[in-house]
Amino acid sequence: MNTSTVEDVAARELIAFRVGAQEFCINIMTVREIRGWTMATVLPRAPKFVRGVINLRGAVLPIVDLAVRLGLPSAEPTARNVIIVAQVNNQQIGLLVDEVSDILTTNEKDIQAAPDVSSELVRSFVRGLLSLDERMISLISLDHLLAAPELEAA
Amino acid sequence: MSKTVLTVDDSRTMRDMLKHSLVAAGFRVIQAEDGVHGLEVLAEEKPDVIVTDINMPRMDGFGFIEAVRRDPANRAMPMLVLTTEVDAEKKGRAKAAGATGWIVKPFDPVKLVDAIRRVTA
Amino acid sequence: MDPMAAIRDVFFQECEEQLAELETGLLRMEDGADDPDTVNAVFRAVHSIKGGAGIFSLDALVRFAHVFETSLDGVRSKRIAVTPAVMKLLLRAADALADHVRAGREGVAAEPGKTAALVAEFAVLNAGPSAAAAPPAAVAAPVAAPPPPPAPVERIWNIEFKPLAVLYAKGNEAALLLRELGQLGRLELDLNTKSLPSLAEIEPEGAYLSWTARLHAECDEAAVRDVFDFVDGDCTLSISLQPAPVARPAAAEEAPEGFEFEFFPPSAESSESEPVSEPVAEVPEHHPAAPGPVEAMAAKAETSSAVSATIRVDLDRVDRLIDLVGELVINEAMLSQRVLEAGIARASGVAMALDELEHLTREIQDSVMAIRAQPVRSVFQRMPRLVREVAAQTGKQVRLLTEGEGTEVDKTVIERIADPLTHMIRNASDHGLESPAKRLAAGKPAEGVVRLTALHRSGRIVLEVADDGAGINRPRVKAIAVEKGLIAADAQLSDEEIDNLIFLPGFSTAAVISDISGRGVGMDVVRQSVTALGGRISISSRPGHGSTFTLSLPLTLAVLDGMVVSAAGHTLIIPLGTILETLQPRAKDVHALDNDLRVLALRGGYVPIVDVGLTLGYSDQRIETTQSVALLVEGEGRTKAVLLVDAIHGQRQVVIKSLEANYRAVPGIAAATVMGDGRVALILDVDAVVSGTRSDAPREPSLLEAR
Repeated sequence: MNTSTVEDVAARELIAFRVGAQEFCINIMTVREIRGWTMATVLPRAPKFVRGVINLRGAVLPIVDLAVRLGLPSAEPTARNVIIVAQVNNQQIGLLVDEVSDILTTNEKDIQAAPDVSSELVRSFVRGLLSLDERMISLISLDHLLAAPELEAA
Repeated sequence: MSKTVLTVDDSRTMRDMLKHSLVAAGFRVIQAEDGVHGLEVLAEEKPDVIVTDINMPRMDGFGFIEAVRRDPANRAMPMLVLTTEVDAEKKGRAKAAGATGWIVKPFDPVKLVDAIRRVTA
Repeated sequence: MDPMAAIRDVFFQECEEQLAELETGLLRMEDGADDPDTVNAVFRAVHSIKGGAGIFSLDALVRFAHVFETSLDGVRSKRIAVTPAVMKLLLRAADALADHVRAGREGVAAEPGKTAALVAEFAVLNAGPSAAAAPPAAVAAPVAAPPPPPAPVERIWNIEFKPLAVLYAKGNEAALLLRELGQLGRLELDLNTKSLPSLAEIEPEGAYLSWTARLHAECDEAAVRDVFDFVDGDCTLSISLQPAPVARPAAAEEAPEGFEFEFFPPSAESSESEPVSEPVAEVPEHHPAAPGPVEAMAAKAETSSAVSATIRVDLDRVDRLIDLVGELVINEAMLSQRVLEAGIARASGVAMALDELEHLTREIQDSVMAIRAQPVRSVFQRMPRLVREVAAQTGKQVRLLTEGEGTEVDKTVIERIADPLTHMIRNASDHGLESPAKRLAAGKPAEGVVRLTALHRSGRIVLEVADDGAGINRPRVKAIAVEKGLIAADAQLSDEEIDNLIFLPGFSTAAVISDISGRGVGMDVVRQSVTALGGRISISSRPGHGSTFTLSLPLTLAVLDGMVVSAAGHTLIIPLGTILETLQPRAKDVHALDNDLRVLALRGGYVPIVDVGLTLGYSDQRIETTQSVALLVEGEGRTKAVLLVDAIHGQRQVVIKSLEANYRAVPGIAAATVMGDGRVALILDVDAVVSGTRSDAPREPSLLEAR
């Protein structure tokens, strides 16, 4: 199991959210806040998954459309979307998702390895799978969300 | 009741050192940064003795001593100059200006206190 | 904190201040200033450093400072004449003193070589042609101190002490002296009042009393004499040793008035006792400047550090205050916006109160920004020494002139201009100026001049580094650029364009990459630093006459005056400083050069047109010229372009927000800001957009390529 970027804590709190038809989750410790969607200011020639930037109490926050980033079908954001403000290394990034679905507490042993069937894009972000009430929730890492090489492929 | 020493020196380092040594010896210390400032302080407070540097901007030590000696209220104020060398000429110059005595710098805290005690009751 | 450690910190801080004063004063003297204030300030700077160094036993520093100070004393007493050679020595000594201070602070040994040479030169200077190293004693008299006794033996000293009036006038007290004498041993005192007149005749400040004392002590004569050290010359004093230990009956300690007790024959009196002269090896005779009248001194204008009304504040607190005020400005703008949107009349009480609020907020912002504003002096101060070093290393003669060091700029900018400026000055001294021989051959004075100026211009700070050297060697520059593949061999470039080639990465005309200008650190790095600050750099050069580099920087990295425009429906801010004028272009003035490039005919010339919406990728269609508003802007290198936008929405001062903090740099965009509606607006990077229009601009990955 590729757990290179996930903290080693015995019990972990995760926040789960929906992007399109799929469910994902991230370590709750990285989440700063959750807010509703506001119109983002478009950045010139930005990669398609960067929707733009918004004002977060005086700081400029980039909004990453996770559907686009993960190669899933995406749609124009509406007021029903949610932005999860997450801390990734030294930066704060807004993740555009459909809705927050759950707060989970899990143990290491609850997380299984990802099967080799998903797309390359998904695999590069997914660190493991969580099974809950017949739902499959993918644990993702945000480290390379804004990674440089992909940026030029606008 | 402890005695009050007015130290007049444009060097912050020297002022800090003087204060440090004198307070440790039980003196109360008031300070000025040059001769002009020294006269201003004297207008407000009457120390028991003054220790002054010679080389200072605006008004140097000699000018300051001469000014104090001209002031009827402070004419007989004991005043010691801080000097880097003590040759006869420097001593003569100090005395000609009206200095009561001198302290060689870098000063030995013990000698500083001795010199002060020599001129204050 | 240990008090001595704290005082040590204070000392080194003070050293920095004194070294700066020293440098400033010496430079003024080099310019010809010879007024006592300047010379004294220079002397005092070294004197202070020496004094403090003594406290902390920084012996090497003390020794060097001492010879330096001695020469400065010679200068201020006019014993040593100020010649150019002497000035150079003094300036080199100032540099060496700084090195000693640094060594002292770091606790390492200073480099001996440099110092030894200077010390030797000072020795020659101090010895001088006229001054014989005369002994400091003013009066030639036998200085016979008896040799100290081999073993402490109690002796009896006979002392006769008669204070003169001047003794009291100087604040000395006979009683205190006698008390101190008594601490050396057992003292028997006889008071002599025979000179005392009747009460009616007594002068209150007269001196009528004298004492005869017998001191039973183990000390030597020097110790006895030392008690009277301060009053030497203000009294008649005789000290003699009782020749042989004779048992005497104890004498009365106080004689009743009128009596005179003399136990021993009076010994030979010398009216002036000689002080034991301490050998002072290096100080030749000099005449200290007589202090002027007190009033004149007090009235003298303060040149150096006065008792100024300042307070020290934690930088963090100031930064926080500035951030908060920035937020205040944004919020105020948002409020204004909402009020407008709510349809409240402009003339209503609410709107007017808001106007006042806006005015007040702006004033608060200006005041707060001023707190962090500093004069560029602190950066300029390092330059003279730099120039001296480069001159020494290259054998060139360089004179640095500075102007406008009081020009103020935000702290954030000051910290970041030091490096580019240093590099430019090095460059000018090393590459810009020719060797003295070449200069003379060209009919110029052997000494080259590098001029560093700072001034405010249209809301920015402009720094210029000008040299009167040979100017840019254009044929050579072009050849090198071709050789390095930076331009095509047959490219047609204007003089100005050739000059700007030196800013290209990898460009260097130095045949040998000298240590001075640094390996591989070219003007391109300088330009990058400047651009990163939101600044512009340009060069203008005249062959044979020299070159001038002009740096234009925003006054602060925090706030910007901008023009709000919209392009393809997106709001953009264009820095006001880049805008030369707004135009309404007419279709017939627009000419197409090729498929992509359009130019506008303007006052006899042609200026490239930039369709902002298209360039930034907001739109994939060209804007109709007649539907647009045009802004004539100037980028770096004085290149001009016309920006086409949809509309202009007014001017405002915006708080600059970083894009890099949470994201990354975006080509074509300098930074971001938050508008009144709470939304982020982007600030256009005019230089990037304008430079993209140059047909032979270097092929950097630019946003203009994807067309």
